[in-house]
Amino acid sequence: MKEIVVTENLTKIYNKKVLAVDHVNLRIYKGEIFGFLGPNGAGKTTTIKMLVTLLQPTEGTAFVNGFNILTEPHEVRKNIGIVFQEPALDLQLTGKENLDFHARIYGLKRDERKKRINEVLELVNLKDKADILVKNYSGGMKRRLEIARGLMHYPNVLFLDEPTLGLDPQSRRAIWDYIKEINKRENVTVFLTTHYMDEAEYLCDRVAIIDHGKILVLNSPAALKNSLGNDLITLSCNSTEKLYNALKSEHWVKNLKIHGEELFLGVKSGEKRLVQIINLASELNVKVNFVNLRKPTLEDVFLHYTGRKIRDEKRDFRREITIRRMRR
Amino acid sequence: MRFLELQAIYIMWLRQLKGFVRARSRLIANIIQPFFFLAFLGIGFSTAKFATIPINYSYLDFLAPGMIVMSVLFSSMFAGVSVLWDKQFGFLQEVLVAPVSRLSIVIGRTLGGSTTALIQGFVVLFASLVLGVKISLSGVFLAVIFLVLLSFFAVGFGLAVASKMEDIHGFQLIMNLVIFPLFFLSSAFFPIEGLPSQFKMLVYLDPLTYGVDGVRGSLVGMNYFFLQLDLLVCLVLAVAVLLVGAYFFKKSEV
Ligand SMILES: Nc1ncnc2c1ncn2[C@@H]1O[C@H](COP(=O)(O)OP(=O)(O)OP(=O)(O)O)[C@@H](O)[C@H]1O
Ligand SMILES: [Mg+2]
Repeated sequence: MKEIVVTENLTKIYNKKVLAVDHVNLRIYKGEIFGFLGPNGAGKTTTIKMLVTLLQPTEGTAFVNGFNILTEPHEVRKNIGIVFQEPALDLQLTGKENLDFHARIYGLKRDERKKRINEVLELVNLKDKADILVKNYSGGMKRRLEIARGLMHYPNVLFLDEPTLGLDPQSRRAIWDYIKEINKRENVTVFLTTHYMDEAEYLCDRVAIIDHGKILVLNSPAALKNSLGNDLITLSCNSTEKLYNALKSEHWVKNLKIHGEELFLGVKSGEKRLVQIINLASELNVKVNFVNLRKPTLEDVFLHYTGRKIRDEKRDFRREITIRRMRR
Repeated sequence: MRFLELQAIYIMWLRQLKGFVRARSRLIANIIQPFFFLAFLGIGFSTAKFATIPINYSYLDFLAPGMIVMSVLFSSMFAGVSVLWDKQFGFLQEVLVAPVSRLSIVIGRTLGGSTTALIQGFVVLFASLVLGVKISLSGVFLAVIFLVLLSFFAVGFGLAVASKMEDIHGFQLIMNLVIFPLFFLSSAFFPIEGLPSQFKMLVYLDPLTYGVDGVRGSLVGMNYFFLQLDLLVCLVLAVAVLLVGAYFFKKSEV
């Protein structure tokens, strides 16, 4: 497989003190949908901004379609499309005019411009809204328009920074389908960031979990989940430490961890081991409050590697600010 | 390559014009406001006597060129500073990530800003004619040259300020502390002759004085300096400030 984005120790330190991206080494292959999964402030946007040449790395570099972001930014720009985390449309223009602006600034010739505008509008189902001012678009429509715009100039890589941030479930679903469709039909590599587990799981061929600017683990969603064990047992009891120490030495226990009050462990065949654990607990005089047996989810994977859950509250608050700002 | 840059300049220019026309309320305010200014100040001061205004001219004749300059200056500056809106609404990123040189973007924006500013300048010029200001139409061409230079200066200034600022409040501060004083000093409202000498020095140091004087000279006469000097100062000022603005804009990160 051919690499299309490669980063080498890519690092960004803001104002000499905030380490936002920490020596990231990545290889993204042509044609895949690659996802950056991480909580607020993980460094997702910062990484993308460096890759699209809007930010200078503090250290390291990256190559997009073979072009160095430091020395050949102009070539890099020709090869990429991007949908920013925050909306980046001109609200005073219509949907079509926004696309036309983009097409011209990327140097598309007249006939091609016309043809391509129609094509991408069709792709995201916005043809009948093309002549409406963007300020009258809904959030989902704006996002779709931005995706269409990112595709205008036939980029090799499309960067999507939190493509469904704050959208309602229906619009999110629709956008997911557009992204899949685009990836297939236009043969474009997609690099997206998200802090939604379901999004990463549904869309991405491979996912990197990033936290505090570092990549903690990278693999396909299925492999990530499997790495925790075939089944995941979570358990709460009155003496977590005691049970933990007892289970530590069992060879069939994988990835034993304590998060908060709860004990997490991966096992091969859950039903059988569950009984074994309960028995062990009663032998130790540990009182079990509840147990849960399930297939590991990406959320579990995230918890396992970062020691905490991805939270959403802060995000939603931030989004409100954005929206208020847009309304002004 | 060449084609791409020209396209970018054109579309930046076109966008600015569309924005100008579509912001209805601002457009109307921009057109009506100078009428009020001219009419009320002209009438209000009509009985005041400035010894240095020739007998066959009224205060309105003296004031009108200054009002034209004001309208061009402020709307150009606004065009430069509107980068801040693009920044706030995220659109700036879309522009900066495109494979065109930032110089083309600056040029497009400057031309767009100047065009809209000149349109407004002409509205005030027309208003002046309606109110009976003795404008010599043969001087309009020279006046336009002055106005273009002034507008380049103001767009560049706006760009520089916008590149260094996070939000619009900083701009308001600069407007109040720098631009208004400079404009009030610029002899737009009163003749330079007969001012106390220290104050005169200040007026001489104010670069806008030469712009106002140049436009007044071209349109109604009564210029205090040689027009060549006015032109030279405006030219130097426009080029220098525009370069600074372009430089700051180029270096700004999003
Ligand atoms: N312009 C800036 N100046 C200083 N610090 C910054 C700047 N932009 C981001 N940071 C900091 O860098 C870190 C990474 O931010 P970044 O925006 O890349 O995170 P993210 O993963 O995109 O988060 P989110 O999910 O909130 O978008 C954060 O700690 C943030 O506060
Ligand atoms: Mg982000």
